[in-house]
Amino acid sequence: MSDLAQEFAARIRTAETPLVIRAGGSKDFYGNPSTGERLDVSGHVGVLAYEPSELVITARAGTKLAEIEAVLAEKGQCLPFEPPRFSPATTLGGMVAAGLSGPRRVSAGSVRDHVLGVKLLDGQGRELSFGGQVMKNVAGFDVSRLLAGSLGTLGVLLEVSLKVMPRPATEASLRFELGQADALKRLAEWQRQPLPIAASCWCDGVLSIRLAGAHKAVEAACRKMGGEAFWADDFWQDLRDQRLPFFGASTLWRLSLPAAAPVIDLAGQWLIEWGGALRWLITEAPAQAVRAQAAALGGHATLFRGPETLKRQVGVFSPLSEPLMRLHQRLKAAFDPKGLFNPGRLYPEL
Amino acid sequence: MNAADFVSSLPIAELATVLSPGSLILEDEELRPYECDGLTAYRQMPRAVALPETEEQVVAILKICHRHGVPVVARGAGTGLSGGATPAPGSLVLSLAKFSRILAIDPEARVARVQPGVRNLAISEAAAPYGLYYAPDPSSQLACTIGGNVAENSGGVHCLKYGLTVHNVLKLRVALCDGTVVEIGSEALDAPGYDVLALMIGSEGMLGIVLEATVRLMPKPVTAQVVMASFDDLVAAGQAVADIIAAGIIPAGLEMMDKPATHAVEAFLQAGYDLNAEAILLAESDGTPEEVDEEIAAICAVMEKAGARQLRVSHSEAERLKFWAGRKAAFPAVGRLSPDYLCMDGTIPRKHLAFVLARIAELSKQYGLACANVFHAGDGNLHPLIMFDANAPGELARALEFGARILELSVEVGGTITGEHGVGIEKIAQMCVQFSRAELETFQAIKTAFDAQGLLNPGKALPTPRRCSEYRLTGSAR
Ligand SMILES: Cc1cc2nc3c(=O)[nH]c(=O)nc-3n(C[C@H](O)[C@H](O)[C@H](O)COP(=O)(O)OP(=O)(O)OC[C@H]3O[C@@H](n4cnc5c(N)ncnc54)[C@H](O)[C@@H]3O)c2cc1C
Repeated sequence: MSDLAQEFAARIRTAETPLVIRAGGSKDFYGNPSTGERLDVSGHVGVLAYEPSELVITARAGTKLAEIEAVLAEKGQCLPFEPPRFSPATTLGGMVAAGLSGPRRVSAGSVRDHVLGVKLLDGQGRELSFGGQVMKNVAGFDVSRLLAGSLGTLGVLLEVSLKVMPRPATEASLRFELGQADALKRLAEWQRQPLPIAASCWCDGVLSIRLAGAHKAVEAACRKMGGEAFWADDFWQDLRDQRLPFFGASTLWRLSLPAAAPVIDLAGQWLIEWGGALRWLITEAPAQAVRAQAAALGGHATLFRGPETLKRQVGVFSPLSEPLMRLHQRLKAAFDPKGLFNPGRLYPEL
Repeated sequence: MNAADFVSSLPIAELATVLSPGSLILEDEELRPYECDGLTAYRQMPRAVALPETEEQVVAILKICHRHGVPVVARGAGTGLSGGATPAPGSLVLSLAKFSRILAIDPEARVARVQPGVRNLAISEAAAPYGLYYAPDPSSQLACTIGGNVAENSGGVHCLKYGLTVHNVLKLRVALCDGTVVEIGSEALDAPGYDVLALMIGSEGMLGIVLEATVRLMPKPVTAQVVMASFDDLVAAGQAVADIIAAGIIPAGLEMMDKPATHAVEAFLQAGYDLNAEAILLAESDGTPEEVDEEIAAICAVMEKAGARQLRVSHSEAERLKFWAGRKAAFPAVGRLSPDYLCMDGTIPRKHLAFVLARIAELSKQYGLACANVFHAGDGNLHPLIMFDANAPGELARALEFGARILELSVEVGGTITGEHGVGIEKIAQMCVQFSRAELETFQAIKTAFDAQGLLNPGKALPTPRRCSEYRLTGSAR
């Protein structure tokens, strides 16, 4: 347990150059290049409060995700959105700042959905608290959720309160040999029914389905859906942490789309999660083509991994409409008027 | 900006040119219904009410008001309970009532795209033929609009399992204060950039006007059953709630009512509640028949162990709805018992329930006003209903003071002044209790980022620093 908030605040107040906020460094690869003096927040650690029957945990932002998940597991609870742990050093703050969720996101909601409150330092080094440790709270604007996915550009996260959930009573996994189009069709049909589908993954002609819920419901779904049962805990963990061979590619696109989007006409290798709503792509196709396809289908494309030159050329994140970018700039200025935090990591304009 | 600064002049003639005949209300008699929302203790006549029918008209109205510095107060069905839609002095009320079309239901994508004036329940009705529904179900769902739901981040009795409005809205089309239209969020599960969608939801009409909402639809559970349990004391009932959750069960709904609340409801519609119980718990399970069987058995076991002295499980849809009818009609039921009532809305960590209810009982004696409590027990959202008679001298002021003390109590135990009804004008002073000066400045900076002139719903939710100093000095809500 250690509280470094005062130290960080002093650094911020005296900073003359931008600060690059870093904790475990597990997501150094993610986002646009950003330069500045490093502000290492990995030492600000400790679980501050955990009440299983309130379904809430509060911890300092530098606390390792592994520690938090171990504390929850002891009480039969979990982070149902399964944030990826790109390395054992992954922290709570990094998880919220990146806003990335894993396989069960499609059924259990996202990181942002589970953020209940944050404490942060703004660009003037002021300590601010928003939200809290209760599940329903509409006092003031929802700053806690705004911070999820902001990539550290609005403030230095000090503490986070999260809603946690019981671990499902039972899980089972099923496998189906299906081409991409058939898999998408099947997924759409299943998702319209009240089946306990927790996660899905299609890759290389195989559709894997993870069921989770009450024992009898999972059993009934297995009978109804057919397929081949397989023991798959490792598979879903490897998918979550991107340790499957597919994720070894040096350039990787993440397409976030309406789940019902059809097969996309772009040559390359695909891995499809979230019932069709998340599509990973390894391709030689130019960025413009990838982005145009995603946009035409009502989604967006992120250059999730890629060489720095390419990131600089095309930007990591899909461009925003002009009025929306102006709003972003004004929001950034509201929190960080001197532009200290992670300049450019989200967009060059921020 | 001071409200009085706005009283300047409403550009009536200019507004009339963009609206169809009869869509600009100026006469006192016709303005009267717009002077308050569901919180009738506060009233203010607007200068005018506009009832546009098209997006172009909304944009044109906003541009005119922006140019002339006229404040604009959006209004849905006016069922809000915090004075959110109460007009600001000299303001134009922008009613979205005519935006009542469901634009598309896409069963494949499981989304509905609707105009802001569509009623909450109408979405589920339109989705029903596809076996789908819209999950957030405020008790006012027959009347309240999705625009109002978005502005308040409304919840319902099923939000423990299915989430609040913020968890069920995918995308919004919003007009900013100067008439610029932006799309926020996406039909995908995330969108690039800041989560402006989260900021817009619960922003009480202060950041933009919702023109369209795309919401997530869920497959209707095959079946649902509810357990009704009676307890001899509130502590045991509170413990039962904690035990259910500690057992790894997330019921579809988990509600508590105290004795005054069950008595009010029974007098109103004879739902068969146990009148001897100090507290009643309603716990619902939904899903496949197998799931529900398993969960109901588990819930009953926990309740029995926690000391429930009577357990009843609904055995038909009619019976289930009957059990719920009492809870859903709690506000109107109390409204029948008492000429007026104030509905409070704090959220508390559940472990403090017994303490908070005991304090409320003391306050009730101190202020000489009866109070019934209904409680979204699963997520700690408490609705004390303070009964009073506005025509009895001094009672309104006493009721407001009583309410203010409950809000402060919620903050004191680590909770919040509002779980789902919003700050509006009702709780604006208590924002100074919950937030520091720097935090309030941050809210103001966000507001300014969207609306530099402060024209959208002025005087709501964000107290001025001066107001906070006064409140801290005098401890008085007004
Ligand atoms: C009997 C009763 C029971 C209730 N039960 C619940 C409940 O269970 N859960 C719950 O959460 N609430 C409940 N409420 C409160 C209320 O119904 C909700 O707050 C509801 O969302 C308000 O919707 P409305 O259309 O009536 O909005 P209004 O009251 O008309 O407006 C509410 C706010 O939204 C803003 N607004 C409205 N439309 C727009 C728009 N298009 N764009 C931008 N801003 C807009 C207004 O400016 C105002 O600030 C209840 C109220 C009553 C009277």
